[in-house]
Amino acid sequence: MTKYIIRRLLQAIPLLFIISVVLFVLMRNTGDPLATMGGRRATRPEDRARLARQLGLDQPIYVQYVYWLIGNDWTKIDMNGDGIAETQGTRQGVLRGDFGFSLLSRGKPALDIIMDRLPNTLLLMIPAEIIVILVSLAVGVYSALRQYSLWDHIVTAGSFIGYSMPIFFVALLSMYIFSVNFKRWGLPYLPTVGMFDPQVGKTTGQIVLHMVLPIFAMTVITSAGYSRFVRSQMLEVISEDYIRTAHAKGLPYRMVITGHALKNAALPLVTIVGLDVPLLLGGAVVTETIFAWPGMGRLFIDHLSRSDTPVVMGILMIISVAVVLSQLFTDIIYGWLDPRIRYD
Amino acid sequence: MDTTVNQSVPTLLEETEAPPLTPRQLVWLRFRRHTMAVFGAITLILLVLYSVGGAFIFPEAYSNYTDTKLRLQAPTAEHPFGTDTVGRDILARTIYGGQISLLIGLFAVVVETIVGVVIGAIAGYYGGWIDSLLMRFTEAMFNIPQLFLLLVMAKFFGNKIPTLVLFGRTFSGSVIVITVIIGVTSWMYLARIVRANFLSFKEREFVLAAHTIGTSNMSIIFDHIMPNSIAPIVVSATLGVANAIISEAYISFLGLGVQPPTATWGNMLDKAYNYLESAPWLWIFPGTLILLTVLSINFIGDGLRDALDPRTLTE
Repeated sequence: MTKYIIRRLLQAIPLLFIISVVLFVLMRNTGDPLATMGGRRATRPEDRARLARQLGLDQPIYVQYVYWLIGNDWTKIDMNGDGIAETQGTRQGVLRGDFGFSLLSRGKPALDIIMDRLPNTLLLMIPAEIIVILVSLAVGVYSALRQYSLWDHIVTAGSFIGYSMPIFFVALLSMYIFSVNFKRWGLPYLPTVGMFDPQVGKTTGQIVLHMVLPIFAMTVITSAGYSRFVRSQMLEVISEDYIRTAHAKGLPYRMVITGHALKNAALPLVTIVGLDVPLLLGGAVVTETIFAWPGMGRLFIDHLSRSDTPVVMGILMIISVAVVLSQLFTDIIYGWLDPRIRYD
Repeated sequence: MDTTVNQSVPTLLEETEAPPLTPRQLVWLRFRRHTMAVFGAITLILLVLYSVGGAFIFPEAYSNYTDTKLRLQAPTAEHPFGTDTVGRDILARTIYGGQISLLIGLFAVVVETIVGVVIGAIAGYYGGWIDSLLMRFTEAMFNIPQLFLLLVMAKFFGNKIPTLVLFGRTFSGSVIVITVIIGVTSWMYLARIVRANFLSFKEREFVLAAHTIGTSNMSIIFDHIMPNSIAPIVVSATLGVANAIISEAYISFLGLGVQPPTATWGNMLDKAYNYLESAPWLWIFPGTLILLTVLSINFIGDGLRDALDPRTLTE
């Protein structure tokens, strides 16, 4: 097992390398970060040249990539533009945890900016994921046990609709119903945007209240797909011989369903959840934008639109590492849950 | 038990007299039995008629005609879907937006299928280092969440393609950009399916036979093995159209997609959340149309999957 994990981690290195090269090349050409740096005034040509030199943007792209990856403190760089490299580099490179400084909010390390926002994203994603798993298991199992009943048909239709909905449409609809219309009808209504009401302050109650709608929007879509999956898995499992055996030897119905059927039917869900992490992260971008949630997804959009490469690359690399790791964890957990699977 | 025997006798006779159904007829027969798929197909046809036929009622100029005196008007008889933030008629815009959204969905899948099939076929057929190189690349692409990749690429290619004039209509260059980038960020799943198919088929006798009579590699790939993988490709492509339409809506919604004045269902929703309370018609109509389209395509895909499943082919 240890060998397997080590091998997988070693395989992840070239993978992350390819990802970083692809993204770096794309990112470096997405726009002119210097154009937005001078504020409202147009940047003067000599200032531009100086800024580009200081930020290392005048270097060829492979040099920029090397500096980004392993830093430039091992070499001297030309800072004053006379063609002679005289200043010792200070950057340490991503491999040593230095993501560079944000171009937008100058002087702030990109990593700090990202780490400010990361907890907010996790605050949405982790509860959402837990609710998704619980809801899809409950709904999927229930409708599988009552196959072709009215409830089953409603759930199937509902999950098809939920699965086909763009996340922003769910978000807008739920905001419109639970916030705008509830307010209009004089019912208690939910807040739509932000993380807390500035007049009340950042209290736990406020944050929870503001979490309801974003989490709802994220769970509707994902649990629709998952419950369909659980349902089909469950249908397959309950027609297996060992379920009939369990029934035949007189095990209570509940025990057969939860102890034998559910355990086996829920197993593949682990894989699906693990593989869908990228999808969930993508959904977070849209959700955070609509609900003005100060998370990593919105940070990404804001900084991408102004070509802030250090921050954007940082977010993308953190996400890629998270995805690679989540796939590894998925495989490990799956192997641990299902003794039929052996890694060697 | 007896009744089933009695019933099966005439059908057996019929079957012996009537010529056997071709695989295509079988697929069509099974597809027709899938109620939801038929419902989906009808809805999709209606949606296509809506966005194509509507163009004969409203000229394109009307859909882009701005009248700031009529900003954010609620639906009336004159503007059944209301007007948007600069006074354009939303009904006309959903018609022209539908054309673009559907075209993007369709052509993105063409790109996706070409890339996915070629990479999957080459990797599966040739194997060895080509396979591991291509599959590493596929895996790397898989590991970047598609939406992030799409946004970065939209920014990368944005504004680099000039406006196009086709059939007397102007298209924002971003339409092409979005179509291509959706295609090149979504082929990975298809490539894996095709590769797996090729891996299993290339060892079969008919391929060996083709080799012995000196058939070229290209011909073996496209004429001998490909027809056997057509079913998963068709299903994946169908569902791909739905995904492409949603992807377009996402990036346009985030403001990096197709640029105005060209309308798409996605970019009609851009900034609509600012008018959540005051002008719900801004997002309800395009949003519902996206939902209906994606839903009907998903139903069709589901029906096709069942209809093309070789395990039920002999039923």
